[in-house]
Amino acid sequence: MSTETVEREPASKIELAPGIGGGGEIPTFDITLKVRRYNPEVSDDAYWDEWKLTMYGTDRVLDALHKVKWEHDGTVTFRRSCAHGVCGSDAMRINGRNRLACKTLLKDLDTSKPILVEPIKGLPVEKDLIVDMEPFFQSFREVMPFLVNRGHEPTKERLQSSEERERFDDTTKCILCAACTSSCPVFWTDGQYFGPAAIVNAHRFIFDSRDDAGDMRLEILNDKEGVWRCRTTFNCTEACPRGIQVTKAISEVKQAILSRKI
Amino acid sequence: MPKTPAGTLYRGREGMWSWVAHRITGVVIFFFLLVHVLDTSLVRVSPEAYDAVIAAYKNPIMGLGELGLVGAIVFHAFNGLRVILIDFWKKGPKYQRQLLWSVIGLWFVTMVAFSIRHLSVVFGG
Repeated sequence: MSTETVEREPASKIELAPGIGGGGEIPTFDITLKVRRYNPEVSDDAYWDEWKLTMYGTDRVLDALHKVKWEHDGTVTFRRSCAHGVCGSDAMRINGRNRLACKTLLKDLDTSKPILVEPIKGLPVEKDLIVDMEPFFQSFREVMPFLVNRGHEPTKERLQSSEERERFDDTTKCILCAACTSSCPVFWTDGQYFGPAAIVNAHRFIFDSRDDAGDMRLEILNDKEGVWRCRTTFNCTEACPRGIQVTKAISEVKQAILSRKI
Repeated sequence: MPKTPAGTLYRGREGMWSWVAHRITGVVIFFFLLVHVLDTSLVRVSPEAYDAVIAAYKNPIMGLGELGLVGAIVFHAFNGLRVILIDFWKKGPKYQRQLLWSVIGLWFVTMVAFSIRHLSVVFGG
């Protein structure tokens, strides 16, 4: 075996300009972050607060809010837990649309203009970006978002075919962030409406072959303030950070109520 | 009293704005129907009074108003069919955006045809 003919493979297939490739080489840019502030202990009026920040290309709106809270103004108040799009705590209105702050990259927004951050609409604001989620969870509880099975307790698992599982797969993704419900024009003006999130979570059990309380849930949603309030504006579908086809799910529940066929 | 600065308008997309337009055209049509029921019922009071009221409508300003009314009705009608498709056609929610563009296309074609006929009557005589 001769070794002279073996050519050395390049270290990387991607050509990098010299000097690039180390850590911390991410491009930076300047942004103006405008946050709608509200503190009922000081004033009944909300106001816009503004900061100029230098951020990195990998930063999200949540990182900008952290930078403000940790380095500029510790009184800025917002919810966040996992910071990775799973817990659903940091839904807010970013540039006029409901988004998760932890899933919205700053570089995807128009950084030449101020980035506007407001609390989600339709729920009472408690402070800055924090809203009272109780009306939202109240509707969620009312649709009985848990498995109801009247059959005998199985010795092993409750079997289900992959087709039966597929039927409600989309609506299992909900993280209860309230981005959909608080994007709904009907919910803004009529707080009694169940809202998209509650209907999505009802859908998840109505179309589950293992569940026996589908009829009961359909009866709950056949209310004046139930699915018939939906005006198919598709704001919820557009706002959902998990990509759930919310309006489609609501339509399916409407049809199930009409046909009483699950 | 200090004034709270306005928040931003929610930046909804095609679905939200078509719903807004549907609402506005619906209210416009409702007010027309109110007047329409009143003026038509005049014929039972006296046919002369009815003729006098209808004659008062025959001027260019009302002609343009009629154009606007037909525009509102045509949009409301086509978009109403779109809403029915969204609710009852399985693929409706998926194609709602394309359906809206069809509504706008149909509206445009209908309105061009109607405008030619209507405006030549209003301004031709």
